[in-house]
Amino acid sequence: MTARTLQIRSEHQLPQARRLVMETMKQMGFKMIDCTRFVTAASEIARNTLIHGGGGEMKISTIRENGRTGLQLLFRDQGPGIPEVEQALRPGYTTGKGMGKGLSGAKNLSHRFSISCPPGEGCNVTLVRWK
Amino acid sequence: MSSTIPVLKMGDLALVSIQIDMDDQLALSLQEDLSQRILDWRARGVIIDISALDIVDSFIGRVLANIAQIASLLDARTVVVGMQPAVAITMVELGINLAGVRTALNLEKGVWLLRDATVDGEALTPSVDSDDGQDPADSQ
Repeated sequence: MTARTLQIRSEHQLPQARRLVMETMKQMGFKMIDCTRFVTAASEIARNTLIHGGGGEMKISTIRENGRTGLQLLFRDQGPGIPEVEQALRPGYTTGKGMGKGLSGAKNLSHRFSISCPPGEGCNVTLVRWK
Repeated sequence: MSSTIPVLKMGDLALVSIQIDMDDQLALSLQEDLSQRILDWRARGVIIDISALDIVDSFIGRVLANIAQIASLLDARTVVVGMQPAVAITMVELGINLAGVRTALNLEKGVWLLRDATVDGEALTPSVDSDDGQDPADSQ
């Protein structure tokens, strides 16, 4: 699969992002439970990109590493960033719009999770789930 | 988005089946719509069928919990029915717990659950008269 990029600029694009991840995972032959896990993680991060990042994009691509195949999602926004990323990763951290489970939950539901949000430079969040 | 999720009246229950992947706005309008229906219909129970939902993320989880809380303030009970096993597993791993939201495996069990919650022995839904006049609840 070649990489695809989806804009996340409005609320209507959240269901689109979920659908794209779900369909790609099904095509790749992921188990249904893993599709549910990873689409949920994607939904949490996509909403962050939209609400806290003021919009951005999601790049979706397959990756191969040490004989494994996985799906990688890269979320980018040009928002204010997060001054205290470590704190934001703790369960229960909330900005009042969700349940405070977004980042920590997405991390739990991914095999690889990295986040970089230098203040003033926006956020880069990478999620990987191996097949 | 102009689409809405239909709310059906079934006796004194308000019934919703979420068949599409809701965007956030639609989820919030469902919350408002249901609250109004509870009042308009004097509904005593709300059943939300999520069997068609592939995922419940923290936002939708919060909307479900809010609906249950609002309904409770309006003197109605809420049961969420039909959750897929993969959704249940994911919610636990995500760390969401739907505190205060009752669940049932399917619509039928959800209706029975609300029926059992009677006030002074009065059923919350009209009993269905079978030919022998026996209440279906008694024959279970």
